[in-house]
Amino acid sequence: MHATTLEFTLLVGLGSLFAGLLGSLTGLGGGVVIVPFLTLLFHVDIRYAVGASLVSVIATSSGAAAAYLREGYSNMRVGMFLEVATTLGALSGAYLVTRMPAGAIAILFGLVLLYSAWTSIRPEGEVSGGQRPDSLAGLLKLDGSYPTSGGHSDYYVRNVPAGFGLMYVAGVLSGLLGIGSGAVKVLAMDRVMHIPFKVSTTTSNFMIGVTAAASAGIYLHHGYVDPGLAMPVMLGVAAGALLGARILPGAKVRTLRIVFGVAIATIAVEMIAKGIGGRI
Amino acid sequence: MTDATESPNTHFAILLSHLLRAGVILSATVVLVGGILYLVQHRGPAPPYGVFQGEPTDIRYAQDIWRAACSGHGPGLIQLGLLLLIATPIARVAFSVVEFAIERDGLYVSTTLVVLAILIYSLASS
Repeated sequence: MHATTLEFTLLVGLGSLFAGLLGSLTGLGGGVVIVPFLTLLFHVDIRYAVGASLVSVIATSSGAAAAYLREGYSNMRVGMFLEVATTLGALSGAYLVTRMPAGAIAILFGLVLLYSAWTSIRPEGEVSGGQRPDSLAGLLKLDGSYPTSGGHSDYYVRNVPAGFGLMYVAGVLSGLLGIGSGAVKVLAMDRVMHIPFKVSTTTSNFMIGVTAAASAGIYLHHGYVDPGLAMPVMLGVAAGALLGARILPGAKVRTLRIVFGVAIATIAVEMIAKGIGGRI
Repeated sequence: MTDATESPNTHFAILLSHLLRAGVILSATVVLVGGILYLVQHRGPAPPYGVFQGEPTDIRYAQDIWRAACSGHGPGLIQLGLLLLIATPIARVAFSVVEFAIERDGLYVSTTLVVLAILIYSLASS
């Protein structure tokens, strides 16, 4: 690639804007497309890509959390308790990534992308909130309620150890691949712990930034975060996410999710193929 | 069973929301200014990102980043902005310690301190 610094920066910024926009409109976060877009399109080494992506994930999730926190759905205690698991996972993931060959990172990334594609395409079925109290959840004060049109609706949290374990995995993926792992976090809370969907998604949002921050320090110290690259990515994704939030009311989310899902499934296959072939 | 702490929970959430937004805006501004300086200071071909060499060691750690940023070094300023961004969720967690303390929730003050310790360990590790 023989672009000048300015051209390269603008192109990356534009691509990141698009990623942020799409992520915001589909509700899935742009993080998952940043790494493939940088490695496959711009031939950036995967370590620089992961560094830039992780940083942009902190920006978008903090921004989103700022917007959603006001609505009163997030469960602070669930979030904080599970953040012990995610941050430990993030540390583990960050240490792992410094020891893994680029090809292996690419293959793993491709697999996670396939999972994201599937969650994007499948219908959003909600698991109803837990109705029976769980003694461990009660002890940890995790149960809560959320606002509905008819007053507050209570819910009980279940399967705490399994949820905790899954959150650790979400953290490892975040630290390893520079993504937010929002999908896995929501999976753990909504489907395993029976926390209502809207509570799960808003709580996940504010957890993503903390999880990413836990591995960001390690990325910085290993030189994964290049300022010239992270700058257009962070600014582009943030701008795209803001734009997406504005357009959202008029968007056909379902169609976008299907298109997005198919697109990232294709990218996933390419990532895995390149990873296996050592061409990443 | 209605959670007795749900009103303070929402109030607390709104304060956190302001904190997060301020952090992102501040860091984005610093990154933007740093970015402009970087583009002015670095004309010519784009760096070879295809080969991983790691960042120059003079902008990997906080003290060095601060020094570079203060001398108007574009990349240094960008890294400073990114450090501020990383600090935003950490500040949020620190803020939560105070909030749980106000609610007299010893269990969650401890839990939050554990998370804070993990975050600080990550940032301080070398």
